[in-house]
Amino acid sequence: MLTNISTVLRTCVQRNGTAAVASARTYADFTQQASFEIKKCDVHKLDESPATEVVMTREEGLKYYRTMQTIRRMELKADQLYKQKIIRGFCHLYDGQEACAVGIEAGINLSDHLITAYRAHGYTLTRGGTVRQIMAELTGRRGGIAKGKGGSMHMYTKNFYGGNGIVGAQVPLGAGVALACKIQGNNELCVSLYGDGAANQGQIFEAYNMAALWKLPAIFICENNKYGMGTSVERSSASTDYYKRGDYIPGLRVDGMDLLCVREATKFAADHCRAGKGPILMELQTYRYHGHSMSDPGVSYRTRDEIQEVRSKSDPISMLKDRMLSNNMASVDELKEIDVSVRKEIEDAAQFATTDPEPPLEELCSHIFHNEPPMDVRGVNIWAKLKSSS
Amino acid sequence: MASLSCVLRSGRNAAAVVLRREFHRSAPASVQVTVRDALNQAMDEELERDERVFLLGEEVAQYDGAYKISRGLWKKYGDARIIDTPITEMGFTGIAVGAAMAGLRPICEFMTFNFSMQAIDQVINSAAKTNYMSAGRQSVPIVFRGPNGASAGVGAQHSQCFAAWYGHCPGLKVVSPWSAEDARGLLKAAIRDDNPVVFLENELMYGVPFEMSEESLHKDFTIPFGKAKVERQGTHVTLVTHSRYVSFCLDAAAVLAKEGVECEVVNLRSIRPLDVETIEASVMKTNHLVTVEGGWPQFGVGAEICARVMEGPAFNYLDAPATRVTGVDVPMPYAKILEDNSLPQIKDIIFSIKKTLNI
Repeated sequence: MLTNISTVLRTCVQRNGTAAVASARTYADFTQQASFEIKKCDVHKLDESPATEVVMTREEGLKYYRTMQTIRRMELKADQLYKQKIIRGFCHLYDGQEACAVGIEAGINLSDHLITAYRAHGYTLTRGGTVRQIMAELTGRRGGIAKGKGGSMHMYTKNFYGGNGIVGAQVPLGAGVALACKIQGNNELCVSLYGDGAANQGQIFEAYNMAALWKLPAIFICENNKYGMGTSVERSSASTDYYKRGDYIPGLRVDGMDLLCVREATKFAADHCRAGKGPILMELQTYRYHGHSMSDPGVSYRTRDEIQEVRSKSDPISMLKDRMLSNNMASVDELKEIDVSVRKEIEDAAQFATTDPEPPLEELCSHIFHNEPPMDVRGVNIWAKLKSSS
Repeated sequence: MASLSCVLRSGRNAAAVVLRREFHRSAPASVQVTVRDALNQAMDEELERDERVFLLGEEVAQYDGAYKISRGLWKKYGDARIIDTPITEMGFTGIAVGAAMAGLRPICEFMTFNFSMQAIDQVINSAAKTNYMSAGRQSVPIVFRGPNGASAGVGAQHSQCFAAWYGHCPGLKVVSPWSAEDARGLLKAAIRDDNPVVFLENELMYGVPFEMSEESLHKDFTIPFGKAKVERQGTHVTLVTHSRYVSFCLDAAAVLAKEGVECEVVNLRSIRPLDVETIEASVMKTNHLVTVEGGWPQFGVGAEICARVMEGPAFNYLDAPATRVTGVDVPMPYAKILEDNSLPQIKDIIFSIKKTLNI
């Protein structure tokens, strides 16, 4: 990360020779770390709660900023490509919720496990996917992270189990991954995410029960963005205290627009799991700027004023930026350079995603099974002799 | 033939031979093993062979299994490998699938496949389709097993056959053992397979003993999927069937042999993939086809077989239209007389054969 910053600074210097002395001086002047007051979490069946005074280093801040900005710009580019009909089918965008994905990842390790529902592009990135692979999957090309076979809702990386299209099904799956962690005794845990809409699914309560019974290292996280498609939480849920819904499972309600809040709560939850105390629940109060999906303008069930208010008062990227600038942890130019670099990365990825060829027809029948010799696959009629090459 | 006598005892509880669990290590020439014990031994051996294998389901541990298929396993392997679940199929099936995604090799037991309907989304959308959607990145090595189809007097909600439902879906392998050898070999193969396998047992076959060869008792004995077995050679008509109805077909064949009609009985073993080649070779020899199953007729296993035979080389060898013997197209009634008449009986199979042969 620091190499990137110094490269960026060096480029500034090359463009404006007289700035050499000035930027070297500015670099040394940056605060290397600062402590921040964050909102106290509401707790359920817990005696302690996450710390309200937390430390963030300059290096961390720059990394979080870059990642959140990458997610933001990637989703906006996806919006563009969808409107150009280069992306088709389902496309559920994550802009507004960046602090959740980035904050959670900051609280766990890449060796831990994570599973989410269909609003998954941000997590695919934080879990190790590249923007190129994600965008090419959205455009259905062979360079996509799932070779074009999955699409928006079915992206996978190591220790990231998608990307799941059936609302709520991912939660028992995540509890199962946690069971595997426990049986394998590897001190890893599994984060299972779901939305406010999914929170009423029966199978989630079945997963809560078994996770608590067997003390599974599972962190259940409800990303409450206030709307399940077009249905507000008040219209779908008899109880909107999602962090309490685990009943016998302790819970935290967290400001999901503040990445440091999310990070701190996730660390707290991870410690809880790793101490063998069993599952824990987190509700992240967050917001999506886009509608449910690209076919939803997102303004028939909520007001433009509401969206605008969140953007101006609670945007996660702005919040981080303000924190860093007001604590002299970065300069305006430095952050602008990151923006430029991110924009370039997204442009390159979009270019790749629109020019990479679609998968070859031979791929139609591949990957039906794992580790399987080639087999005949029935085509549209008996004369279409298709074959899989596993 | 010893196997013929045990076949005639099908459907009624025969005296099961009690076997010691160490049995599989010292294999005499041939021995009688019930389907239940074959399944039990197969699971025991696979649990021992690979520590990633584990069994979960309702009553599998301390109760020794609702149908005693997992008898003794919890005592031997403990809580970490044999897990009792609450009565929450959708939840525990999802958990089993997630565990498979994360590197374990679960055997997920449904007390009967009727209850799998509660969890069918996890079987199809989470298990069957994932390897394909992920372009091979994420495999799901899991076995879903349990009794399928009609039992005796358990009523409509507990008697459905799911062979056609699961057999419909790409990404799944679906097998339906008949004999103890089938049960042992197919279950071992299923557990060792890196893909989701639906393993359809039959409650009424659990107690039936079969002779098992020395070869089949070997600890690495597996039966490949997609290969049917000709249980009885014949020349006049091909009977294609699976599970318990293999017994019925063999019984029908024994009766007809006395009248000079020789039936060839093909035990499918595998619903998906279906061994069309064996069926075609047989039809090309006998020129007549009758399929026999317990499931409902519409969109069933027999319907698929008939369609495939129509589409292939065997069609030109048929001397009469292929015909199906199936369960009656009603929800299963309770009263014995009604239940008996809603499933194929030996006389129904004989009747269809004679009609097809025009005798």
